[in-house]
Amino acid sequence: MRHILSILVENEAGALSRISGLFSARGYNIESLTVAPTEDATMSRMTIVTVGSDDVVEQITKQLNKLVEVVKVIDLTDGNHIERELMLVKVRAAGKDREEMKRLADIFRGNILDVTDKSYTIELTGTGSKLDAFLQAMEPGVILETVRTGASGIGRGERILRV
Amino acid sequence: MQLTGAEIIIRCLQEEDVEYVFGYPGGAVLNIYDELFKQEKVKHVLVRHEQGAVHAADGYSRSSHKVGVALVTSGPGVTNAVTGIATAYMDSVPLVIVSGQVPTHAIGQDAFQECDTVGITRPCVKHNFLVKDVKDIAITIKKAFYLAASGRPGPVLVDIPKDVTQALAEYSYPKTVALRSYNPVTKGHAGQIRKAVQLLLEAKRPMVYAGGGVILNNASSQLTRLVRLLGFPCTNTLMGLGAFPGTDPQFTGMLGMHGTYESNMAMQNCDVLLAVGARFDDRVIGNPASFFRSDRRIIHIDIDPSSISKRVKVDVPIVGYVTEVLDEMLKLIESSNIRPDPAALKVWWGEIKEWQRKDCLKYDKKSALIKPQFVVEKLYELTSGDAFITSDVGQHQMWAAQYYKFDKPRRWINSGGLGTMGFGLPAAMGVQLVNPGATVVCVTGEASIQMCIQELSTCKQYHLPIKIVNLNNRYMGMVRQWQEFFYGNRYAESYMDALPDFVKLAEAYGHVGMKIEKPGDVEGALRDALAQKERLVFLDFITDQTENVFPMIAAGKGLTEMILAEEL
Repeated sequence: MRHILSILVENEAGALSRISGLFSARGYNIESLTVAPTEDATMSRMTIVTVGSDDVVEQITKQLNKLVEVVKVIDLTDGNHIERELMLVKVRAAGKDREEMKRLADIFRGNILDVTDKSYTIELTGTGSKLDAFLQAMEPGVILETVRTGASGIGRGERILRV
Repeated sequence: MQLTGAEIIIRCLQEEDVEYVFGYPGGAVLNIYDELFKQEKVKHVLVRHEQGAVHAADGYSRSSHKVGVALVTSGPGVTNAVTGIATAYMDSVPLVIVSGQVPTHAIGQDAFQECDTVGITRPCVKHNFLVKDVKDIAITIKKAFYLAASGRPGPVLVDIPKDVTQALAEYSYPKTVALRSYNPVTKGHAGQIRKAVQLLLEAKRPMVYAGGGVILNNASSQLTRLVRLLGFPCTNTLMGLGAFPGTDPQFTGMLGMHGTYESNMAMQNCDVLLAVGARFDDRVIGNPASFFRSDRRIIHIDIDPSSISKRVKVDVPIVGYVTEVLDEMLKLIESSNIRPDPAALKVWWGEIKEWQRKDCLKYDKKSALIKPQFVVEKLYELTSGDAFITSDVGQHQMWAAQYYKFDKPRRWINSGGLGTMGFGLPAAMGVQLVNPGATVVCVTGEASIQMCIQELSTCKQYHLPIKIVNLNNRYMGMVRQWQEFFYGNRYAESYMDALPDFVKLAEAYGHVGMKIEKPGDVEGALRDALAQKERLVFLDFITDQTENVFPMIAAGKGLTEMILAEEL
């Protein structure tokens, strides 16, 4: 099953490699990993999307908690949560495709950030599956380049992850 | 007053009451060595290879419950130390390793004797630090000692670039340290403890399974009281030997791959299992699928939450220091007038006695060749079971574990988790230093001993009168045993050809050497060696080459699928 782990970690050199090293050393999956400092500059928040049975995810959580630099870990998928991913996609937009591309971006509530006479660069946010759907809606060969951030997640309502 | 980084390091070690630092100098640590030279409180032990330094610090710690300290230089100093660090990590031994690093401006330049120490050691330390600012040295060393010894102990490495050891800073050693991200749960959950006690009191076929955690946390007296109070059978893991007295009638012997028939049968057939400071590893319970029984309840006490329900699902997990949890359990049991059903216990003990009748550790006592088991038994008799025994890894390790009955904790020092050949001799050095006057014996084999044999020189320099019992069967015995059982007697590269003359070798290092070839000479030689209180004696016992360790459970099999001696 897919799990989204939210991790507060000391903003120290080497913390990221300790965490990614743990996943590779113990054979756990990382589907995506995002990290950036929080409003408290001494701490970073990481979102890791992983796939595994409940037992495996329980072990992952325990092993993460064991790392000295990890301050807190929660499994967002244990409750209601929001997840978003950002994608930048550069597409061919020339001739008759140009109008169609604009319409498609509008349907998916994407923004066109950059324009040349042959291409658009579109910004899109949403769940991973929405971004997948957008890419699938394109004619093959139209996509020139994509870059995705991986999911960031947060609990709904009063569910708060902080020290 | 301002001090240099190197001065600060030594002051910190003094503050931590470090008696011995095991190490080897080199370019990146010259400033630190210069400061060591200028003082007398912290004594330095010069090893002959950095692996030996870490094993010695490890043996020092295991036999004394103090934090062991090693000091190595950058690059190869660190890479040589890695085997020692990984050994300590697998067995949760508290160590602080200080390593030199190339100057900060040279880091990443492929400088001479540079390696990514923090990167290389990351997977085999509890934590590590690279100190880039002299102002951070004191707090980092304080954290290192705190992290190493608290919670589930382990090695912590502090990497310090050479220019940082030269730079100046104000020095004050912090009295305490707190890390917001590190707060091990030390006190067991009261509700869980109550549940556990209730299960224990209702048990009909109980079993207690105690591991290295009991020894690390100094919980042997609590464990012993609990087991005696309840009248339950008790087994110890390889790492737990001595946690419960080996001569106690309630002790059923070690369990696991080479454990006793009765311990393994009782583990499999019990209805309530109390696991204390143990982790159900593959050498202990074999295949988890075969171990599973729906009618067995498991209580698991451990300081490390990730050890719980990792390989085996448990019913009552209790996270906390073993000592504190057992104290709470004892209080509850002592204040209760309920006791386990004596009739049921009697039936259960009857079953266990039946298993004991298999006499699974018997061996041929009439052989014209020296049986390795016989040497260990004699050693046990002649030292009244009170020696510190270190070992290397292989058959001799198992025989020492099976035939030497440890009544006290911290007497059996071996590399259980990583299985590091070469551990025994340097570990014995640390044991002897922290226990001067005690009998320290390294039980080893002719293959293992050669992996750190250079430390014979260190033993000479520091007058360490270790007794080396070399069970010499001219084979990597455990490899040979597996090849005999599972590889159709094809003994690929397991024969030790071109062995040195160990007697001459010992003499060349300035020690006493003895070669013993007949069973009748075993006792005399051991007596002679043990009487030489001031000398290191290397006893080279030429043993039966074909002897195997029994019982044995093949890798991946279940606990009851034991191969016994008579079955071959």
